[in-house]
Amino acid sequence: MKWGILQFPGSCDERDALHACELAGGEARLVWHEERELDDVDAVVVPGGFSYGDYLRAGAIARFSPAMEAVAELAAAGGPVLGICNGFQVLCEAGLLPGALLVNEGMRFVCRQVELVADGERLSIPAKHGEGRYWAPDDVLDALEANGQVAFRYAPGQNPNGSAREIAGVRNEAGNVLGLMPHPEHAVDEMTGSTDGLRVFEAVAGAAGGGG
Amino acid sequence: MARARVLIRPKEGILDPQGKAVERALPALGFEGVGHVRVGRLVELETDRPEALPELCEKLLANPLIEDFEIEQI
Repeated sequence: MKWGILQFPGSCDERDALHACELAGGEARLVWHEERELDDVDAVVVPGGFSYGDYLRAGAIARFSPAMEAVAELAAAGGPVLGICNGFQVLCEAGLLPGALLVNEGMRFVCRQVELVADGERLSIPAKHGEGRYWAPDDVLDALEANGQVAFRYAPGQNPNGSAREIAGVRNEAGNVLGLMPHPEHAVDEMTGSTDGLRVFEAVAGAAGGGG
Repeated sequence: MARARVLIRPKEGILDPQGKAVERALPALGFEGVGHVRVGRLVELETDRPEALPELCEKLLANPLIEDFEIEQI
């Protein structure tokens, strides 16, 4: 399989994401935000950073890039899309995921290792963001929970930003678009203390029918 | 060319930590009795098509899920 990792002006985690994709299996290449065709790509990562300086709102301008049009087509066709941090914000702004990410409750940029719970499994991966407070209307949150669309929650006592219902990441109704605030791409090597992030990439690769 | 101001603010009921921080700072400066502080943003622009402003606001300047906006032509 082949991964495409978007690169906007202001992205900063695309190279770690590329490395994580390669470790999870398959080839990977960077996709410049002006590229409109993604025909050679099976799965997309929208990485973290500060796309277009996060002007206006985080992710608000990136969503109108040509590459995001291609991502929307891939997502509509059932292709796996993973949004991390700023990428999660972009996917929410683009309407590919429900909800929005607001300024952290404590007003501060947080940068720390957090424990997540995903389908009963625990993961330890870093979070680093200033606008990571997940919010959606109560009826939308109810529906997300009922449909099993809450993919990641902060473990009890670990919510770093005041996210509604401890939500750290969600998937779309079809299940092929996934977004989360913490950074699995920074937890793929023992050198940084945890390799739990690799499981997130392996799960996405599995959804693409790829891997190995 | 029409000139307009767009005022964008967090929706009622959504926690606005920036507004809260400002609110909490005021008594220390001697400004008692100030409440419900909400911090938003102001966009000024010129346009040939003022009729398109509402759509422009909904699609880009504001996120209608979390923000309200008001357009004022000046």
